Amino acid sequence: MNKKTFFAFIGPSVLMMVLFIALPLVTVLKQSFYVTQPVYETLDVETCTPTFTGQLCVVETKTIPIIGDNGKALSQTNFVGFLNYQNVIEFPRVIAAFADNSWNQFMAIDFWKALRFTLSFTLITLPLVLFFGLLIALCINNVAQSIRGPVIFVSLLPMIITPVIGALAIKWLFIGDGILTSFLEWWLAKDIAMFAQAWTIELLMMFYRTWHVAPFAAIVFYAGLQTLNQDTIESAIIDGANRWEKLRYVVLPHLIPLIVFVTLIHLMDSYRVFEEVVGFSSQAHVISLQWLTYDFLTSDLMGNRSIGRASASSMLTMIGIVLLLIPVLRGVWLDYKGKRL
Amino acid sequence: MFLRKLATAVAITSIASGAWAGCAYENGTEIKSLANSYDAWKSVASAMEECGNYTAVLDTDFKDKINEAFAANPSLYQIGGISNGTMVPLLNAGSIRPLDDLVAKYGSHLNPSQLIKIDGKIMAIAMSVNNQHLMYRADIFKDLGLAEPKTHADMLAAAKFMQSYNIVDYPIGGTYKAGWNLGEEFVNNYLGNGGEFFGEGNAPSINNATGVATLNTMKALTEYMDPEYLVGDSTYVQQQFQQGKIAMATLWGTRAAAMDNAEESTVVGKVKMAAAPMGTTRPASTNWWDGLVFATNMTDEQADAAFRLAMEGIDTEMVQGANDQGVWLIDGFVPGSAAEGAIATANAGAAPYPSSLPGMGSMHTALGNGISAFLTGDKDAATALADIEAAYTIAATESGLM
Repeated sequence: MNKKTFFAFIGPSVLMMVLFIALPLVTVLKQSFYVTQPVYETLDVETCTPTFTGQLCVVETKTIPIIGDNGKALSQTNFVGFLNYQNVIEFPRVIAAFADNSWNQFMAIDFWKALRFTLSFTLITLPLVLFFGLLIALCINNVAQSIRGPVIFVSLLPMIITPVIGALAIKWLFIGDGILTSFLEWWLAKDIAMFAQAWTIELLMMFYRTWHVAPFAAIVFYAGLQTLNQDTIESAIIDGANRWEKLRYVVLPHLIPLIVFVTLIHLMDSYRVFEEVVGFSSQAHVISLQWLTYDFLTSDLMGNRSIGRASASSMLTMIGIVLLLIPVLRGVWLDYKGKRL
Repeated sequence: MFLRKLATAVAITSIASGAWAGCAYENGTEIKSLANSYDAWKSVASAMEECGNYTAVLDTDFKDKINEAFAANPSLYQIGGISNGTMVPLLNAGSIRPLDDLVAKYGSHLNPSQLIKIDGKIMAIAMSVNNQHLMYRADIFKDLGLAEPKTHADMLAAAKFMQSYNIVDYPIGGTYKAGWNLGEEFVNNYLGNGGEFFGEGNAPSINNATGVATLNTMKALTEYMDPEYLVGDSTYVQQQFQQGKIAMATLWGTRAAAMDNAEESTVVGKVKMAAAPMGTTRPASTNWWDGLVFATNMTDEQADAAFRLAMEGIDTEMVQGANDQGVWLIDGFVPGSAAEGAIATANAGAAPYPSSLPGMGSMHTALGNGISAFLTGDKDAATALADIEAAYTIAATESGLM
């Protein structure tokens, strides 16, 4: 297709991506180098509050924001360079932790705790999703044609459930005297509290994510299996290949591009893990990078928000995803170049 | 014949629905309000709905919405249902209006204690007070011959004694969910022990003997709690109480009526309300008040109509219908058994929540995030407090307070 037609086709998409993805990213990047604060003054103010015996009036010295002419609080925006990034990464504490040779101290720093969990969550769920996706796809493929429709429908169901609802459902199944915890307690004859320590919560989160994403991988692999060349399969059978050898030497190589695709999508999605942390209310034990950004943005009782630190945390998360995707994208690029030649 | 019956039925229904049962007048201006969603607010909203042309939005996460909603011009809501904590950002942003003239016009019947005055101007109308106090299973305590716990030491002793009898799953329940709830527990206990949060120029000062003692008390209490205490909020603890799984807890006074709700509770009539456990200086609790504020960004006519409507919402008739849903400051409130604990705590001298201290928001957030590491054993008390002070310092410097 000539260049003009190509650009006409992708023009609208590119425009939307620039407007809704690229521009906001640039503003977040810019925000991460600035800090906006209200301008304060110190005043003596008398406050009266109710008690049972009447009113209690006290005079206090308060730091309150100055209200400008337009009726809104005055604020100033200052360029602070890398201060927000320093506040998120907390280098002095990292160095202190290494000096004391203490993993616990290192993990006590929010950013590194979140990074550790996000990385292990992403890298552990990836092979699980690929394995179960392939398993389900092969099962669907081998099932009789008459019931294949319903089987596909049932295997797609976990993907339909909204992540927050799904996470809440898992939480209620396991928290306190939840049905599955009671069953486990009866079966193993000991007291179990799934939400009292970090590792059991992480396990539940990974289980939920695998259950939720495997259908997506399954449907992609199932589509790939339909394009499998029957001649190659037949010659493999004639050559005496058993089922595992067929899988290893014919099916898997054919599915490699799709496996790479699912890997890319899954890496990007699971690095942003957030709904599980919210659904499981696990912030005391387990936090993720996306949750940390959200926490910086949550206003406290006084209405303060750490927008500078949230922007810095957001940029660091993005850099993390890019670093994680580089090997995969490089493989795709080399493969593409190889095919062109 | 049938048509006649139908017509009569329709006529009667429309007469019945047209009766503005409790409202003294018909409201002509469209008014909207945003408030929290517990029962007391539902009652106030129902009372105001009787006057017509009114929509109430009741949302537990109202404090995440209200600042921006009131800053909009025109404000998205005319009336806000707030507490002493959530009023401060609205006050600082200038998005709520002084009420002196409206009080003179429509509010002369209000109790003086309901008028919240900042810098000499009435900024809010309080309707009820609330605090966390002790609730315990009087029947269990009577069977075991235990006296009402007055201090944390009493609670721990009772819990230890109770554990050997295996009557309840866990002797103590606590709203220790990481985040706001956990921070609030620390604030209650620290103030109970006479602690001060800030020094000169909003600098933090919690890393001291009082702070360490507070953390140690909290840890001692968790020994007798459900091991998943860092995940459970007040609704979770309320349900544990209602299902008979715990014997003692420090819960919000507004939850007291739920214990006697026959539809949900298996322990109706067995839970007694008592004053919050006494710290070294005062009860380990903080006083909060709930009330109404009115947006700056609306016309004076809207403000007039909104205030008049609000007076209907918090009148004696409403209180008489919702007597046990809160500790009301309004005439006509008869303190029942559900209000005993809150009143006893307030009378014993509980401190008001220090929402006027400008650093309190950041401090509360830092506490909520930092205490769980101590409770799970990852850090010792002094390190946990030092880290909380460091987190507060970063947040306070960022927001310009330090």
